[in-house]
Amino acid sequence: MKLVRLVKLKHKKTFERHRGENMNIAVLLKQVPDTTAKITISAGKVDESLVSKWSMSPYDEYALESGLQMKEASGGVLIAITCGPERAKKMLTDAAAVGADTLVHISDEGVKDSTHVQKLLAAAVKKFGADIVLCGKQAADTNGGSTGPGVAEILEVACVTLVSEVNYEDGKITTIRPSSMGTEKVSLNGMGVFAFDKGSSELRRPNVRGIMMAKKKVIESITSGDLGVELGISNITLDSQTPPPAKAAGQKFEGAEHVPTVVSKLRNEANVI
Amino acid sequence: MSFTIIAETNGDSLHPTTYQLISAASNVGAKSIVICPNGEAASEASKIEGVEKVISVVGDCFDIFDGSAWSAALNSVCEGKILISASPNGREIGARIAAKRNIPIIQDIVSMSEGITVTRPIYSGKAVETLTISGDAVITLRPNAFEAAALGNEAPINIVNQSADIKIAIQEAINKASERLDVTEADIIISGGRGMGSIDNFSHLEKIADIVGAAVGASRAVVDEWGMPHRMQVGQTGKTVTPSLYIAVGISGAIQHLAGMRSSKYILAINKDPDAPIFGVADYGIVSTWEEAIPALESALSELKS
Repeated sequence: MKLVRLVKLKHKKTFERHRGENMNIAVLLKQVPDTTAKITISAGKVDESLVSKWSMSPYDEYALESGLQMKEASGGVLIAITCGPERAKKMLTDAAAVGADTLVHISDEGVKDSTHVQKLLAAAVKKFGADIVLCGKQAADTNGGSTGPGVAEILEVACVTLVSEVNYEDGKITTIRPSSMGTEKVSLNGMGVFAFDKGSSELRRPNVRGIMMAKKKVIESITSGDLGVELGISNITLDSQTPPPAKAAGQKFEGAEHVPTVVSKLRNEANVI
Repeated sequence: MSFTIIAETNGDSLHPTTYQLISAASNVGAKSIVICPNGEAASEASKIEGVEKVISVVGDCFDIFDGSAWSAALNSVCEGKILISASPNGREIGARIAAKRNIPIIQDIVSMSEGITVTRPIYSGKAVETLTISGDAVITLRPNAFEAAALGNEAPINIVNQSADIKIAIQEAINKASERLDVTEADIIISGGRGMGSIDNFSHLEKIADIVGAAVGASRAVVDEWGMPHRMQVGQTGKTVTPSLYIAVGISGAIQHLAGMRSSKYILAINKDPDAPIFGVADYGIVSTWEEAIPALESALSELKS
C-alpha cells in the first residue's frame, strides 16, 4: 500500500524521495480501433470483429512516452495498466516493446460504464503501488475524458488534465497545462494523475530487441474480484449504435471565379457570415 | 422534475453553453437548478427561462482551476441528473462528480429526448450511440449542439459558502504571443493544410480571419512538419471544433482531420484536387488553388462587410 503511505505524507514533500529512490510510474492505456480503421455496424451495434486494426489510443502514447522519459531520468518501474477484453493484451506487449516493465491486464467482465472502469484502474494503481499516474486526456473511441479525473477522485489525489509535459523541479512535480492566457506551469505537493494532450516529444518506436523481449514478458491478468471491487449495476443502458446521419451532398464549383457566388450563398442560404 | 446545471462563465457573464444546457433540460420537461461556481453571473442565470433557482457557490477554492477543489465544492449542492458543458473544465468536473457520487457519466452528447435518451458520436463521428439513462447521472453536452434558452425570468438566488482543499499551485503563467481567437471558441474558423505550400502563406488566411472575425486553424501535417503551434491543430490529436462555418483551405481531408471538424454547421472547402475527400463533407466546395481563390474570397468578404 505504497500509495496510501504517500498520500498521507503529501504535505511533507513526498517527491523529494525520488531524487535518491526509484519510483513507480503507472500509465493507464486503452486499446481502440485504429483511427484509420473502418467502423462497420450490423444489427444496431458496431461489429468489433470487423475492425481491421486495434491500436493504443493516440493520447495514451504521449502519456507512455512521458512515463518512459521520466523512468530514464529518475529511475523506476513503469507499470502499464489496461482494462479491457483479451485482445487488449496485445497493446500491453506493444508497450513492453518500448520499455514498460510490468504489464497489468484487468478483465472488463462486469463493466457496464466508465465509472466501473475507473474503480478497477484506481484499485490496480493501489495494488501495484504507483507513485504517479499518467494517462491520455481522452480515448479515441468515445473521446470522453473521464478516466484521469475519475481515477484521481477515487484515489483522492490531484489531477491535471491536457498536460503536455511533466517534470521534477526542486523535489516537486511540475507540469504544463493550457490556460485562457496561453499556458501555465502547475505544481503538486503530492501524488497526482496527469492526463496528456499531444506532447511535444517525438514518440519512440520499438526496436527488434525490444519486440523480442516483449514477447517473453508475462502479463499479470486480474479480475474485479482479485481487486476486491464490487461493480454492481449501472443507470445507463446502450440502446443502439448507428451510422452517422448522412449529410446532403454539397454544392461544388470549378474555379476561383465562383468565389463571389459561394460567398453570397454563405450569407443568404447558410446565413453564417 | 429538476436537473442540476453547472454554469460555465466567461469572466462576469455566462458562457453561451450555459444557455444551451438550460434549454436541453427544458426540452425534456425539466426545470433547471443552476449552480454558479464562485457566484459568477448568478443574476444573469436567474433571468433565463426554465430556471427554478440559482445557487451561488462561493469560496476561496475557486481562486484557481483545480478540478478536485471545484468538484468538491459544487458536489455538495448537486442532485439527480447533472448537466455540464463538454468543455475541458466541464469534462473534468463532471468526471470527478460522477466518481464521487458513484454514478455514471456520459460525455459529449449531441441530443437529449424524453426518457431520458441521449445520443453521442463515437469513434470520432464514424458512428452514433443511443443510450437510456434510468437514474442519476452526469451528462456533458457538446457546445453548440443545442439551442440557447431565452431570457425572461426572475428566479431566486441562494448563496452557499463552501471550502475545499486546493491540491495544486500555479507556479507561472506563460502568455501566448498571439491574441488571435482560439479555435474552440470561434464561430468561424479558417484552416490551412499542406496545400498552403509554406507556413508563411498562412498570413493570407489571417487576413480573411481578420475580416470575418475568425480563428485560424491548421491540419496535423502543418503542425507536425512546419512547426505550427499545436493549439491551432484541428483533428484527432488536436481540437474538435463545431463552428457555424469551417473553411478548409488546401486540406485534403484525412479521416483524422474530418474527426475534428465534421460537426461544423457549414463547411466550405477550397482545394485544387477535385477528388480530395474534404469535398465529401463540404456543403460548399470550390475547386481551385488557394493562390486564386483566397484573394477572390478576401475581396468578396471585404465588400460584404463594408
